[in-house]
Amino acid sequence: MVAIGVRATPMVALTAFSVGVTLAMQAAHSLQSLGAEMYIPDLVMLTLLREMGPVLIAVIVIGRSCSAVAAELGTMKVSEEIEALEVMAINPVQYLVVPRFLAMMVMLPALTIFGNYIGILGGWAVCTFALDFNTAGYVMEALQSAEAWDLYSGMIKSVVFAWIVITIACNAGLNVEGGAEGVGQATTSSVVQALLAMLVMNAVLTGVFFFSA
Amino acid sequence: MNTNDDAIIQVEHLVRKFGDRSVLDDISFNVHRGDTLVIMGGSGCGKSTLLRHMIGSMKPTSGVVKLFGEEITNMKERELERVRLRFGMLFQSGALLASQTVGENVALPLLQHTEKSIDEIEEIVKEKLQMVGLTGFEDLRPDEISGGMKKRVGLARALALDPELLFSDEPTSGLDPIMTAVVDELTLKLTHGTHMTAVVVSHDMTSAFRIATRMIMLGHGGIVAQGTPDEIRNSPNPEVQQFIHGEADGPIPLNLSQEEHEDHQHVKPRPFVAARDRFHRKTG
Repeated sequence: MVAIGVRATPMVALTAFSVGVTLAMQAAHSLQSLGAEMYIPDLVMLTLLREMGPVLIAVIVIGRSCSAVAAELGTMKVSEEIEALEVMAINPVQYLVVPRFLAMMVMLPALTIFGNYIGILGGWAVCTFALDFNTAGYVMEALQSAEAWDLYSGMIKSVVFAWIVITIACNAGLNVEGGAEGVGQATTSSVVQALLAMLVMNAVLTGVFFFSA
Repeated sequence: MNTNDDAIIQVEHLVRKFGDRSVLDDISFNVHRGDTLVIMGGSGCGKSTLLRHMIGSMKPTSGVVKLFGEEITNMKERELERVRLRFGMLFQSGALLASQTVGENVALPLLQHTEKSIDEIEEIVKEKLQMVGLTGFEDLRPDEISGGMKKRVGLARALALDPELLFSDEPTSGLDPIMTAVVDELTLKLTHGTHMTAVVVSHDMTSAFRIATRMIMLGHGGIVAQGTPDEIRNSPNPEVQQFIHGEADGPIPLNLSQEEHEDHQHVKPRPFVAARDRFHRKTG
């Protein structure tokens, strides 16, 4: 089950790197006209830690694992496997949902931390190779801009997203009815619901963390 | 015969309705220790529904099902789990976990419910697979074996905990005649040797008469006939005779009755007509 997370790393890395690069380029474009290139690392760092990191990694995990879990559990439901577990006095929630739940709760935050690093690396690549930053300057500036809270807020978001995503996925899977078509519908609706719930929750959490205080 | 201490299964006035339609209508019977009850009847007569009520995965509209003297119809999931440890169930499709190997499937109840060591479990898995004629298949996945084999693995899994009671949903459909005989002999051996009780839903009359000590025939939501295999074989009821001899002509209606037919139309207003109209519109 933990392989859910491990196998997602290349995709997470590529996404995060692209986002880091894009952020740095956009920042360079706007900030250069103000003569404030030195703040590029700050922008990349804060955007990634607070918003883009948790959200984008969650999008990837929803696409990969939310759909997979919903489809897998749905297929098990349709092919009587869930009923068979119940009849063998094995609680399907304990046996099937709990490990997936734990895997998601651990792996999504872990992937988010990993993605943050790679994204910052992307920003570094732009700054070092296209602009005249040196590595030490980039690292120093990035680290100075961020506080521990920026990282923690992103992590809290990530944990909340993990909880939302896996709950929606398992719920959709276990409530499938009506054969292969039902599995398809449940998978689609789980992805759509998880995406919407995640984005709305992100707005709420950003409001709570950075806007209300 | 209604209140008997020896009864492992007591079904009393069981009624199950789907909407307005009664699939099971006031069904009562007992099954005693060591008996093999075969439930037969045409497709869609409620055999599987009856079985699902006996294993507690469906709740009746009214009536009572008792297993081992305990009423399961109003049990909470936790209590039901305790009762479920005492019986095994073979599903029609086998219902193996597709993500695990044959061996892991058979080992599953042992791993979950016993404190046995891995070596002991391996030994039991080997023995149960041998009983169903699948020695050496431990490491294959369910999608690598045939439907009949899946069913036999399902039987091995149902027997893993040496249950006092075995439910089988069409254990021999899809098996070749030799394997059918093997499975039947296994059922006989278990019911005679270990006093296991078996409830078997079956269409296969040869197999049914080979293993049954009691038989029930369902139809029209109720029990058409019940008794020993001899009583059933000599039953004057023409429906029973038609069924056990597998004749196309007889009193059992082949189609839905007119009333039910209209019922269905009410739910789905003539689907083919709509499809045909769409087709004509497209092609002009």
